[in-house]
Amino acid sequence: MPDADYRIYALAGMALFAIGFYSMLVQAHLLRRIMALNVMGSGVFLVYIALGAQTPGPIPDPVPHAMVLTGIVVSVCATGLALALVDRAQAAASEVEPGDDA
Amino acid sequence: MTSRMPIGVLSLALLAALGWAVLSLPLRPAGLTAASLAKLPESGVTNPVTAVLLNYRGYDTLLEIGVLLLAIVAVWSLRRGEWPASHLHDRPLLMPLLRVVLPVLLLAAGYLLWIGAFAPGGAFQGGALLGGAIVLVMLGGLARRALAFERLLRAGLVLGVIVFAAVCAVTMLLTGGLLQFPAGTGGTWIMVIESAALVSIGLTLGLLYFGGRPNAHHA
Amino acid sequence: MILQIFDGLLLLVIVVLAWRSLNDRDVFRAVISFIALGLLIAVAWVRLRAPDVALAEAAVGSGLTGALILSALVRMRRRERAATATRGEAPT
Repeated sequence: MPDADYRIYALAGMALFAIGFYSMLVQAHLLRRIMALNVMGSGVFLVYIALGAQTPGPIPDPVPHAMVLTGIVVSVCATGLALALVDRAQAAASEVEPGDDA
Repeated sequence: MTSRMPIGVLSLALLAALGWAVLSLPLRPAGLTAASLAKLPESGVTNPVTAVLLNYRGYDTLLEIGVLLLAIVAVWSLRRGEWPASHLHDRPLLMPLLRVVLPVLLLAAGYLLWIGAFAPGGAFQGGALLGGAIVLVMLGGLARRALAFERLLRAGLVLGVIVFAAVCAVTMLLTGGLLQFPAGTGGTWIMVIESAALVSIGLTLGLLYFGGRPNAHHA
Repeated sequence: MILQIFDGLLLLVIVVLAWRSLNDRDVFRAVISFIALGLLIAVAWVRLRAPDVALAEAAVGSGLTGALILSALVRMRRRERAATATRGEAPT
């Protein structure tokens, strides 16, 4: 189906971005915030690929595919780094806490 | 809790603005499909996505491999890694499963690397499978001693960047352009880069799960 | 027509799962929703004729990211438990 309309996927992508944005601001739990960042990223990817699928031609635009592929791998690395930072921050906080209580 | 309402309104406004922006774009953008297909015979591969990743926009991928290396360096400098706490290796079904799954994962990673030139696949997908295999190895508590060879791990982690940079330098000497492959040899260069990238991507993703620098004393 | 219905249902479930993975009261259940969300987004890539991306998403987006977050959650809970235990034993 060369001229199917995929913009509904772009709309869902924007919904994901908005949900991630809302949760990022509302939730205090750091894991939820990291997941929110990932959901926002997935939303951006959805919009990008959906717009790439709108191009005329035998195949969808391969450039967004390549960039999203890169983006997925980078976002898992960012998640790994963020989780390590969270762990370090909480380790530091739990070392300080007993002194604060006393 | 009282601040949820304005944030919700703000998010809905953001959604509306984004929706308006995207829906006001042309319904059928020209895109780069035609341009990528026109140069495909010269790229050395027949999968247009691989052509974009490693030929047309190779520098993007070079920088990305660099980002992966930076991420694992940052994680290693933040904390020491630890083995998964649950004693999964005591479970009776895990080992027989791993015995079947691990070879299949490694085979699939190699297959994806090779097929990436012609069909969906490539170093990223293969590397992801390799990373998954490493996570399973860790969950099973296998190959604990492998983490003691930190130098070897480091070599594997930087392999992708080094080979990619070397290919950049060599092809630059040959053609004068950054990542501009000599005519007719694109496929070979791409396979060299992707093979090295597969190792680094797989190791990076797997070691991210370990969550820090291997502790030589506990290995 | 059937494909349109499929698209609509898929995206509805994706949006609901995205909400639940970020706002479910139970963090563990939220993480599981998050992993399921990654798998369904991989299906969306297939529908958008992006099989390269689908392969990467299925392995990375749900598998590895999910494993990373789950193990971080376990680590966090262990630390919380340790903190409450020491506080309970030796209040200063």
